[in-house]
Amino acid sequence: MPEVKESTLRVDGCAVSVKRAGQGEPMLFLHGARGASRWLPFMASLAERFDLVVPEHPGYGRSEMPEWLDDVGDLAFFYLDFIKALGLGRVHLVGNSMGGWIAAELAVRSTRDLATLTLVSAAGIHVKGVPKGDIFLWSPETTMRNVFADPKFAEAALATPLSDEEQDLQLRNALATAKLGWQPRLYDPQLRKWLHRIDVPTLLIWGDSDKVFPPAYGEAYRDLIPSARLEIFERCGHLPHVEQAEKFVRTLTGFVAEARR
Amino acid sequence: MKFYFFHLMPYADLDQSYSEKYNSAWVTLPNSYYDPSRGHGLYNRYLDELEYADVLGFDGIGVNEHHQNAYGLMPIPGVMAGILARNTKRARIAVLGRALPLLNNPLVVAEEYAMLDTISGGRLIAGFVRGIGAEYHSSGANPAESHDRFHEAHDLILRAWTETGPFAFEGKYYHFNYVNTWPRPFQQPHPPIWIPSQGSRETIEWASHSSRRYTYLQTFSPVSALARYMAMYKEEAEKQGYQAGPEQLGWALPIYVADTDARAHREAKPHIEAFINKFLRMPPEMLLPPGYLSMASMKGIARAKGAITGGAQTIDDWIEKGMFICGSPDTVRQTLAERQKQIGFGQLLALLQFGTLPHDLTKGSMERFAREVMPRLRAA
Repeated sequence: MPEVKESTLRVDGCAVSVKRAGQGEPMLFLHGARGASRWLPFMASLAERFDLVVPEHPGYGRSEMPEWLDDVGDLAFFYLDFIKALGLGRVHLVGNSMGGWIAAELAVRSTRDLATLTLVSAAGIHVKGVPKGDIFLWSPETTMRNVFADPKFAEAALATPLSDEEQDLQLRNALATAKLGWQPRLYDPQLRKWLHRIDVPTLLIWGDSDKVFPPAYGEAYRDLIPSARLEIFERCGHLPHVEQAEKFVRTLTGFVAEARR
Repeated sequence: MKFYFFHLMPYADLDQSYSEKYNSAWVTLPNSYYDPSRGHGLYNRYLDELEYADVLGFDGIGVNEHHQNAYGLMPIPGVMAGILARNTKRARIAVLGRALPLLNNPLVVAEEYAMLDTISGGRLIAGFVRGIGAEYHSSGANPAESHDRFHEAHDLILRAWTETGPFAFEGKYYHFNYVNTWPRPFQQPHPPIWIPSQGSRETIEWASHSSRRYTYLQTFSPVSALARYMAMYKEEAEKQGYQAGPEQLGWALPIYVADTDARAHREAKPHIEAFINKFLRMPPEMLLPPGYLSMASMKGIARAKGAITGGAQTIDDWIEKGMFICGSPDTVRQTLAERQKQIGFGQLLALLQFGTLPHDLTKGSMERFAREVMPRLRAA
């Protein structure tokens, strides 16, 4: 199993915590609202095939909250600079939820450094008449039960109490998510107007039982991004990379191989 | 000590069994639980109670701001204050809203308060608050910006009141080419400013700053917390090079007075318990959205998990913690005198109607409080 290197990098004046493992084409994974303080099985799996880079966003986890951070657009520009600073070149960009929103905002600004784009249950747009889950009003227990389709994942997560440090990180993550996404709730009204600019192969992965952003959000992204393909995972919630990790890695790897041809 | 009769105007006719179906009387409780004709009766009854407080000789009366809930029916407290400005003659009128971060244009508060102050002939006390956490769910205002917006809106209002307009205001959240408030406040340079809070070091540091010296009002807190925050205010003032006076320290809490302790306890019990367990009922996510409190405070609360979300509480729990004073006039007077001596607050906001307490009991308690409790404590 490839060794995970943890480091702190300074980009745009902000110290960000980065995990990196594996060899091959570079892949940048942008995490969702609950951060990426743990190295998860799907990451280990992807690191067998790619040079996987997993930063904690500015404001999240162990990364600094920079003065300049006001909205997701700021993070899009930040990650354009981050890709350049790390020399990631033609990177496979993957984002889940909040990270998917950042990835979409990045891609409408510039796809120059992107090989492919994968949005997994992404925030960023609003579909009229299709309510999102109110993640800010859900209790921690309700959140766990709502983000997974298979209750055994929620049971397992709830059975493992957070350490004090993890609890503090979750408070930071919640604050950053509120700052970026409280109003308008988890979307940018301007984003959908420019999604047609995305000109790299794009994969959308959605759980059929996503209670945060129901599959109609995946369909809307598919209709707005010219080259996008939507894969709906059955009996799957908001975190396909956790709940159906093997299928997720297989689908993503297959998509990248296809895009290469 | 100065005495204020403070009202929340709850929807007292709320079907108390709502809690079998809903987890809060805020934000998500359907407004089908509200009956407009009962609302008509309640509003007019509550205004009568506030006006009666003026007749009874309270130093002031207070109204409050909350949104989308059954706990308090004053989303626009200025409506109430406007009525009271005309129908009362002596009492000061404290508006213990306005929740500044919820507004897109805080200049409306500079205007509204200046109008109230002028109509009442300078009787307005201007409250500035952030609103409670639930308000950020119901308004869409971002709790992560709450502190910064509050400070910026406050600075804007103060400048609007004290600087000759028109001038430009260039803030992060608010930007105006022409700030030129008409009318200007009656009281010069501006009405007294009160800062109600459930307690935080940041708020106390800010309110006590020598350039502000605002009255800090501790609301609905255990007496131990009250003592701690009042001491903190005094220490901060000393650091700033002045001594905080009692007029800078206020306490708001429910109080009930009857002939005897036993009778007071018996009469108040169902109504204060409705206040605590039905009207205040709220899950922690609703009460404390991210950013509403500082990270240090949030960490403290996360560590003490369960402390604020425990089960139902009784009248005795609240009396024991000093969050409710209930008894004969002697008991209430002695309790207040002792606490005042220990803690040194100079403004007392008595919530003499709470929860489902009906008009006759409210009126009796108000009369005993005004006639048998206030006079001997006035000098304190």
